[in-house]
Amino acid sequence: MKNKALAAPYLVWMAIFTVVPLGIVIWFSFTDSITGAFTFDNISRMGTYLPIFLKSIWLAILSSLICLVIGYPVAYCLASAAPERQRFLYMLVMLPMCMSFLLRTLAWVALLDDTGIINGLITSLGLQPLPLIRTDGAVVLGMVYNYLPYMIMPLYSVLVKLDPRLTEAAEDLGCTPAQVFTQVTLPLSVPGIISGFTMVFVPAVSTFYISQKMGSAGTTLIGDVIESQFKAAYNPNLGAALSLVLMVMVLVCVAVMNRFSDGEEVATI
Amino acid sequence: MAKELIRLVDCTMAFDGETVLDSINLYINNKEFLTLLGPSGCGKTTTLRIIGGFLKPTSGDVLFDGVRINDIPPYKRQVNTVFQKYALFPHLDVYDNIAFGLRNHKVPEDEIDERVTEMLEVVSLKGFENRKVTSLSGGQQQRVAIARALVNRPKVLLLDEPLGALDLRLRKDMQQELKRIQQQMGITFIYVTHDQEEALAMSDTVVVMNEGIIQQIGTPEDIYNEPKNAFVADFIGESNILDGIMREDYVVETFGRRFRCMDKGFAKDEPVDVVVRPEDIDIVPVKDGMLTGTVTSITFKGMQYDVIVDFKGFKWLIQTTDSPEVGQRIGIRIVPDGFHIMHKSKYSGLYGDYSSFSEEYDELSDAEYDPEAEEESSESREESANEE
Repeated sequence: MKNKALAAPYLVWMAIFTVVPLGIVIWFSFTDSITGAFTFDNISRMGTYLPIFLKSIWLAILSSLICLVIGYPVAYCLASAAPERQRFLYMLVMLPMCMSFLLRTLAWVALLDDTGIINGLITSLGLQPLPLIRTDGAVVLGMVYNYLPYMIMPLYSVLVKLDPRLTEAAEDLGCTPAQVFTQVTLPLSVPGIISGFTMVFVPAVSTFYISQKMGSAGTTLIGDVIESQFKAAYNPNLGAALSLVLMVMVLVCVAVMNRFSDGEEVATI
Repeated sequence: MAKELIRLVDCTMAFDGETVLDSINLYINNKEFLTLLGPSGCGKTTTLRIIGGFLKPTSGDVLFDGVRINDIPPYKRQVNTVFQKYALFPHLDVYDNIAFGLRNHKVPEDEIDERVTEMLEVVSLKGFENRKVTSLSGGQQQRVAIARALVNRPKVLLLDEPLGALDLRLRKDMQQELKRIQQQMGITFIYVTHDQEEALAMSDTVVVMNEGIIQQIGTPEDIYNEPKNAFVADFIGESNILDGIMREDYVVETFGRRFRCMDKGFAKDEPVDVVVRPEDIDIVPVKDGMLTGTVTSITFKGMQYDVIVDFKGFKWLIQTTDSPEVGQRIGIRIVPDGFHIMHKSKYSGLYGDYSSFSEEYDELSDAEYDPEAEEESSESREESANEE
């Protein structure tokens, strides 16, 4: 009973700032923007946005995969470094997160802009400037850059807890170092991979700032559409419906991914 | 005639400048059950890891069948290990854990099936094929670990305190089981333990180690009956260790009295350590005693009483089926065979006096159920000995 009492402040917080807003989102999703009457109109318009949904999901999956490919070796090195070094290196990985997300994204804009730092260098060499910004690639780059630490953290926490004796046992049983990795280390880090994938995928699929600053009209993501419904189109009901559908899709994705971990505990930071 | 299989030549191991193993020389015969015995931190596990290939000695050579194998990685050695706390793969079931080594060596699946099934029978785990290893009890996990190593038919099996996590009863059963498996498979076992009883019960050869140095190598009987120094005498079984002087062959003087003994070859009047095992002392009426003392405590141990007797301030442990009373004056007799004479060593005077150990002595006996605690108390025992 005592322990429950300790959780009370958080429960109150959750109720006010998560449960109630969620209820409001659902309420708005099923009401008309002008009359306020109950309607399925908002939800039935989702079909129009299907390509944007798909594009958002595609870019988020792509970014998550790139984060995995970049993040896994980093996490592995981090976990196998000497303990004192580990703390320092881990801090380096976390360091970018101490800076505002908006600033970091704007910094990339300054780098990639048509008249930005990189193209400035290229033109000073007498070459044609490259179309770096306002491409899908730029959006993925922004996502990878911003969310990479979210991939590294859970992978690191799984790898650092891996019993070194398991590696020795594998070697003892005839595994070459490469086989030790594919047969023992990798399968045992699946919970970390799933957690990292989820932690990158969820914010990436709903982002709007990165696509606004680094993308073009062609890379409008579902986050941008939702934002515009609230801020430009003044149709919060449609925005709420889009949010709700996105949320359900994300939950389904997470549930499916968790199935892969075979009931094993998903790594937390 | 036993054939030599492994030889360590002047193996020294240092971590960060601290010497853990100091010039170890050891050979291990084929089909032998050899135990590395010593308190924690004595270098026994390090020795095992050098043979397994997980550590490279700082200097010295490791020979396997006469070939130097210092630089051969573990996966190329004909050696398998049963790790402390088993190190089973949690993502694989019992069958796949055991088949792991065979799959790495590209053994055909039908042969794997045959050998795994055979192995499950050897370790009495038939029907457990598809169980998750995390759902098994400690004893069952232990068996899987043994099967996983043995299925590869190694020439040598290394066992690193494999029974440490099991309770006393299961440990005794597994000791028999391991000995049976070793004889059935006809391979060399190198076994690491800090439990002297285990070492005596299972081994053909016992290697007693302390502080990175081999103290004595011999059969269990040799080690128990003819300990080389005070450390071995104290670590293997219980011992009363007294200061003495060797007056001549077969005559030792201690407590100001001369006793007949079975030892010879010492210099005349050489100061020596005299070991008397608690079970070699007979309690007799005062008038018949070679020495007389006062009983200070009695502990019932089931099979015998542990009696602490004060002889002129030096307390002896006597194990007897008689039950004297506390405060009673008694006499003792020791047959010549009961005296074991050792040259003085750096361990002289550190062990074998029960005056200061009575409390820990009780702890030690209780601690048998918990190997970790036992390890600790054997450490504290050394510490308190050093403080004196």
